[in-house]
Amino acid sequence: MKKGYSLFWLIPLLVAISAYPVVTRSVIARESVFLILMYVTLAASLNIILGYTGYVSFGHIVFYGIGGYTAFYLMYKFGVHLIPAMLAGGVASALVALAVGEAVLRLRGAIFAIATIGVNEAIKSLVTNLAFLGGATGLFFNFKIYRSYGGAAKAIWFAYYLMAAVTIVTVVVSYFIKNSKFGLGLFSIREDEDAAAVLGVDTKRFKSLAYAFSAFFPGLVGAIFFFKAGNIEPDDAFHLIKSIEMIFMVMLGGYGTVSGPVIGAVIYERLKGILLVNPLFKNLHMAIAGFVLLLIVLFAPGGIVGLLRERFKKLRGVLE
Amino acid sequence: MILRAEHITKMFGGLVAVNDVSFEVEEGEIFGVIGPNGAGKTTLFNVISGVYFPEKGKLYFKDRDITRLPSFKRARLGIARTHQIVKPLNELTVLENVMVGACFGKTFANLKEAEKIAWEVLETVGLSDKADVLAGKLNVPQKKRLELARALASKPELILLDEVLAGLNPSEVSEMLKVIMKIKEQGITILMIEHLMHAIMKVSDRIMVLDYGSKIAEGTPEEVANNERVIEAYLGNPELALKLLKEGKA
Repeated sequence: MKKGYSLFWLIPLLVAISAYPVVTRSVIARESVFLILMYVTLAASLNIILGYTGYVSFGHIVFYGIGGYTAFYLMYKFGVHLIPAMLAGGVASALVALAVGEAVLRLRGAIFAIATIGVNEAIKSLVTNLAFLGGATGLFFNFKIYRSYGGAAKAIWFAYYLMAAVTIVTVVVSYFIKNSKFGLGLFSIREDEDAAAVLGVDTKRFKSLAYAFSAFFPGLVGAIFFFKAGNIEPDDAFHLIKSIEMIFMVMLGGYGTVSGPVIGAVIYERLKGILLVNPLFKNLHMAIAGFVLLLIVLFAPGGIVGLLRERFKKLRGVLE
Repeated sequence: MILRAEHITKMFGGLVAVNDVSFEVEEGEIFGVIGPNGAGKTTLFNVISGVYFPEKGKLYFKDRDITRLPSFKRARLGIARTHQIVKPLNELTVLENVMVGACFGKTFANLKEAEKIAWEVLETVGLSDKADVLAGKLNVPQKKRLELARALASKPELILLDEVLAGLNPSEVSEMLKVIMKIKEQGITILMIEHLMHAIMKVSDRIMVLDYGSKIAEGTPEEVANNERVIEAYLGNPELALKLLKEGKA
């Protein structure tokens, strides 16, 4: 694969976006940048299985929920610090992905997509019925938990910094995967799995690994998000609409590219912000997103990055 | 001997696609497989490359039992193939396609080495000017050459060519035959399926004939061409067939 240079502008961009609320000390800006970073991470990690490997993981939000619940429970019950709890959440998500992948990654195409929705719904019902996880009402932090971070206000800033770090790590990892031999193997699976196997790609192991990578980072995101929120419940943690949003962001930006999910996530968050405050479109943002998704699939399957690459051939190294 | 098949049987439901076929391929030879449509040639290739496992029989590659080995492991051992219905990795460039072969086949190169190997192989098959084109944009003859390049990049010991000449015009055929002879000179054993009689008769050292999944003949091109069962299987009319085959040979 030709090495691209997208990191040279993606990293400064993400650092600049993250620094903005810190410099202005604006809480409103922090909240919306937190969402942007969260979306970037979710989209970039979904892209590893969806964009690189060609498997439409429709219920991908399940890994955000698993990471969220794992970390929340560790912090809630044992007073574990956010960072180890978050890592445990990521590892739990990746392990579930490896186990579930053993079964669902045998499926292809639409059947795989439907199976992943089933996984999300199954785990959601499981959690809803587990008393120690609070059942349908979920778990709530005692505010004392924030004390070890220097109070609730500081804890939220801490969560924010952590999210920024996780986002940058995710984008860097997705870049290195794409430009590695492993990435070449994933792309060959995406293009023709049978041909890839005959060419010597260990398709089963590669798919499992890609699935685990793409589950690990949403696990981290879930941990940070629910730490910051102070409570977790099944409807929030395993919300299928968020899954659709993730797919939308990846497709909008350009699936299979490093910069696409970043661009898609930033645009989606902004768009959603504008539409949500506008009384005319208040409850229509998903409908509009759906319509745009249809247009993308029909007319610009490569997303924004795909269009730009086609238009400006010289930019290809930068826009990968 | 590099490949030995013993009593291979492959069934699809009630249909016996390959029926008790045994053969041996010697190192360095070109072993042709011919037979009418539906004779089970491609199924046999799929069994050898590990796409299907046979219901009965054993398969040995350099005396190692590979009957139940998954395809990717066979590729690592040095068995490469091309597909009759080409399978380009459409959204990857021609160069990247060939690099996949070099990265994951017997060579098991890293990306940098793979790129070097890919350029060399593209040179051999005459596709180096298309290196940066997306594989999906190639025409069919070019895609066939890409299939071949990908297989060669893995530095195989045995290569299975499934109708690489089909759909090519006469000048493209003779070019492809030159490439095939070049591969043979590199010491790579070739197992090939071909419909183009005169071509396969010309390049093969030995030929096996399949009909309705069973082996009906094996031998040098001359022996096979004069075998009445073969002639009958092919055209039902021995005299006409004999004439055609002899013309082909000449």
